[in-house]
Amino acid sequence: MKKKKREIGAVFIHIFLLAGVMIVAFPFIWMILSSLKSISDFYNFSFLPKKIDWSGYQYIFQETEFLRWYWNSIVVAVTVTISCLIFNSLVGYVLAKHRFPGAKIVFILILSTLMIPTEMLVIPWYVMGSDFGWVDTYWGIMFPGLIEAFGIFLMRQFMLGVPDDILDAARIDGMGEFKIWWRIALPQVKPALSALGIITFLGNWNAYLWPVIITATDNMRTLPVGISLFSTADAGGIKWNLIMCMSTMAVIPMIIVFLFFQKRIVEGIAMTGVKG
Amino acid sequence: MTNVSSNRQPMKLQTRRTLTAYTFLIVPLLFFISIRIFPTLYAFSLSFMTQDHTSGTIDNYKQLLQDPVFWKSVLNTGLYVIVTVPLQMALGLIIALGIQRVRHFRWFYRMIYFLPYITSIVAVSWVWRLMYDQNTGVFNQILTWLHIPPQGFLGDPNESLLSVSAVMIWQAMGFSMLIFMAGLEAVPKHFYEAAQIDGASKWKMFWKITFPLLNPTIVFLAVTGVIQSLQSFTQIQNLTGGSAANAGGPLNSTLSIVVYMYKNAFTDFNMEYASAITVVLFIIILLVTLIQLRILNKSYEY
Amino acid sequence: MKKSKFTIFIAMIICVLILTSACGKKDDSNSGKVTITYWQYTFPQKVDIIKDLIKKFEAENPNIKVVAQDFPYDQYNQKIAAAVNAKKGPDIMNLYYGWLPQYQQKGYIQSIPEDFMSANDIESYYIPMIQASKINGKYYGLPVAVRSLALFWNKDMFKAAGLDPEKPPKTWDELITMAKQMTKMKANGQYEQEGFAWDVNGQGYHTFEEVLLRQWGIIPFSDDGKTVQWSSSPEGLEAFKYWVNMTKEEKIGDRNFLTDYNTAFKAGKAGMMIDGSFSVAATKEAAKFAWGVTTLPVREEGGIKSNFGSYWTNSLAKGLSGEKLKAAEKFLKFLISEDTQKEWLDKVGELPAAASFSNDDSIKSDPIYGPFVEGLADAHATLFVDEAKERDSINNAVESILLKNAPFDKTFENLVKEQQKIRDQYYK
Repeated sequence: MKKKKREIGAVFIHIFLLAGVMIVAFPFIWMILSSLKSISDFYNFSFLPKKIDWSGYQYIFQETEFLRWYWNSIVVAVTVTISCLIFNSLVGYVLAKHRFPGAKIVFILILSTLMIPTEMLVIPWYVMGSDFGWVDTYWGIMFPGLIEAFGIFLMRQFMLGVPDDILDAARIDGMGEFKIWWRIALPQVKPALSALGIITFLGNWNAYLWPVIITATDNMRTLPVGISLFSTADAGGIKWNLIMCMSTMAVIPMIIVFLFFQKRIVEGIAMTGVKG
Repeated sequence: MTNVSSNRQPMKLQTRRTLTAYTFLIVPLLFFISIRIFPTLYAFSLSFMTQDHTSGTIDNYKQLLQDPVFWKSVLNTGLYVIVTVPLQMALGLIIALGIQRVRHFRWFYRMIYFLPYITSIVAVSWVWRLMYDQNTGVFNQILTWLHIPPQGFLGDPNESLLSVSAVMIWQAMGFSMLIFMAGLEAVPKHFYEAAQIDGASKWKMFWKITFPLLNPTIVFLAVTGVIQSLQSFTQIQNLTGGSAANAGGPLNSTLSIVVYMYKNAFTDFNMEYASAITVVLFIIILLVTLIQLRILNKSYEY
Repeated sequence: MKKSKFTIFIAMIICVLILTSACGKKDDSNSGKVTITYWQYTFPQKVDIIKDLIKKFEAENPNIKVVAQDFPYDQYNQKIAAAVNAKKGPDIMNLYYGWLPQYQQKGYIQSIPEDFMSANDIESYYIPMIQASKINGKYYGLPVAVRSLALFWNKDMFKAAGLDPEKPPKTWDELITMAKQMTKMKANGQYEQEGFAWDVNGQGYHTFEEVLLRQWGIIPFSDDGKTVQWSSSPEGLEAFKYWVNMTKEEKIGDRNFLTDYNTAFKAGKAGMMIDGSFSVAATKEAAKFAWGVTTLPVREEGGIKSNFGSYWTNSLAKGLSGEKLKAAEKFLKFLISEDTQKEWLDKVGELPAAASFSNDDSIKSDPIYGPFVEGLADAHATLFVDEAKERDSINNAVESILLKNAPFDKTFENLVKEQQKIRDQYYK
């Protein structure tokens, strides 16, 4: 009896979720379908392409530096994500689990940096970047994002949930603080780490304003910058089908990263909530 | 200090703890100071200068106080926060709960609901613009089919802000969902087991166990959600801006503080005025965040 | 022990980062050569032709190396602002003429050196329109090509509406009448097809300021650019009403239809549009219908002709001096030469700016470019002081009339006041 109730309940939830899926995914599906349209087909504003046209994809692979942009975006996003995962969790751990004078001030100081829109920092960053010769380099694109307050905040919140007794037990055993962080605290917050990984990767994958300012040549550009080259009305009209092609291709690594990490968020159950 | 190992030399342990803490923090802190704090101070100092390079004035602030466009942007930004943050959190939570309840295809649902968050804003904005199009857009097609008169959406100053907000919520709820997923998984299963043994209903379990234990997650999402919403920029810029339109329009109905700042800095080249706007925004965010932390941060006894 | 693991790890990361950053660096050790940088926005045909021109130039001038860089249009201004602020700006920059007053005021560019090309030289070399870039008696940029506006019309749509596909309108009244026959609207007010792609932000406000106002007898701005003269006679308000009523009363087009005027025309859903020569190539590519180009309408037959011209100029960075300045001047001379301009017309589709071409029959008789060249003869380039602000202001005025039913006279009065305020702020 109870099982049947659960099954019916599950079906309802499935229906509800599927309805949401159709609404949520609609613009996305349109984007993919549009990438297969020719430019004039686009102006018909029909949902489905009249004829499947691969010329958009052909163009971006052959006539532009698309692959290079793709690679650049991967390098930047991966490096920054690794850096953020390490440093954000380290700082978050210290702020959550250590009581020391000035802890609150440091936390607020770091948190306050969240409140400044990056649009305003772009010019001082550029001055810094060009003084040190980082213009048009990977380091130039990456340096402002290697640690940031959002991730620290997230990690701190989740580190708060790590039981103190486990940590103290390790300390009594004579473990060094660094090892405690690496071996004990981190595994406890795997779900949060995975979430942070996804968010950081994504933020850097789609970042636009800073990369466009710091890059100068075509082969250092990242994907969003490349896409924007085709989105002005002035230079011969907005090349819709190219934008859609590039955007569709751009989503793929994100989906891979997401599928990879989301499993770990779920698998985290194994480590959390373990008794004593 | 009720630390087990502090019996012998409490002072030494405390100092050692502090030292460790700061050792770990020194590199990140230096980084923060050089990347975020200094540039911010530089930007702030600009606000006390005017375009003809006279420094030490508060002319920009005086102008700001009397600028009706600025105040409109403040009003709009407040509306964005009130409309989008609660909704995207609520939707994110509902979806995360729903996904938790089903047994199959979880990864599929998670991925689809997360898609809006990961798709490039340029492509996505143009799809939305087409959907919102007064004459040929699919929304008006549906409305006409339901015998409701067509709406202006992005073109109507009374509806534009809500239209933009819908896109913001659409994108952000996947993010809330993700964080709630992590938060839900972090709730120890034995609590539910214990409650079930005691005969608690699903509803009661949610309100007495899940919701309270999600508190750090909720605090996190609320605080960051509000901070980010107060800085709304990309969706507005992409949905209402571009070469054929006026970002923040029509009639400044969608203008947010950051869009206004951006216009002043990069379209009018008035960096100084833009810095003043940034300072005011910073103060607003700081105040709102402090208030939020006060209200929301309660600790729960296990 | 643990600390060293930590340091090793950090050291590894730093190494990786340095290595990857080294990949991006370029070797710019040049022996004996002078290197100058040229920045432009990304317009594929322009980028390509500049590449070719640089090759030619470098072959003729082996001691000079020109590095060209291009940036997305939407972020072009920001890029230059950031770079100049960091003292790493370009030596020569390609700027829209409307931005020159601001760039000059901010100290980003210098005037064209007198010994290279004096104001007189410039004025005799170019068509009169470019005098709009004279600031305080000096010129701050040299154009290669100019653009003007023309009336595009959809021949197939004309035919379908019972109009002669080879006879586009000659006056504004004719335009409205013909447009009405092509406009298709649903009962609920939604457009299915518009007779005329009316808009403000694209070419609309130019059409109003430099075409309609002048044809209605008003000179929009005083010679020194300091006074807004739109309401110098009641005809100004009349012209404004006439223009806005095209969409409000006559309903021949909607600025939001199919996202913008250009898209609507290319999609074959607008009977006519006013656009610049820069639109020709894209229209050729996208339009699946027969179309033509003709000169802009006039108020009445035989009445004043007027057109809006615009152009991109090449400006020298402030502080550029010595060898680099000389090299830049050489490149500029090459860039604005008549040969380059002819090539530019072929490859980019922008009209030559040199006065010597005004009587070139081959261009005049071209069915597509002919009307644009004809329009050039009567073209005026608006003396913008803050192009974006001025456009915003007129946009807001139009929207308050269309969306809030604001009264014409009051709104126009406020608009003129606002425009005057913008000028006053610049000139103070």
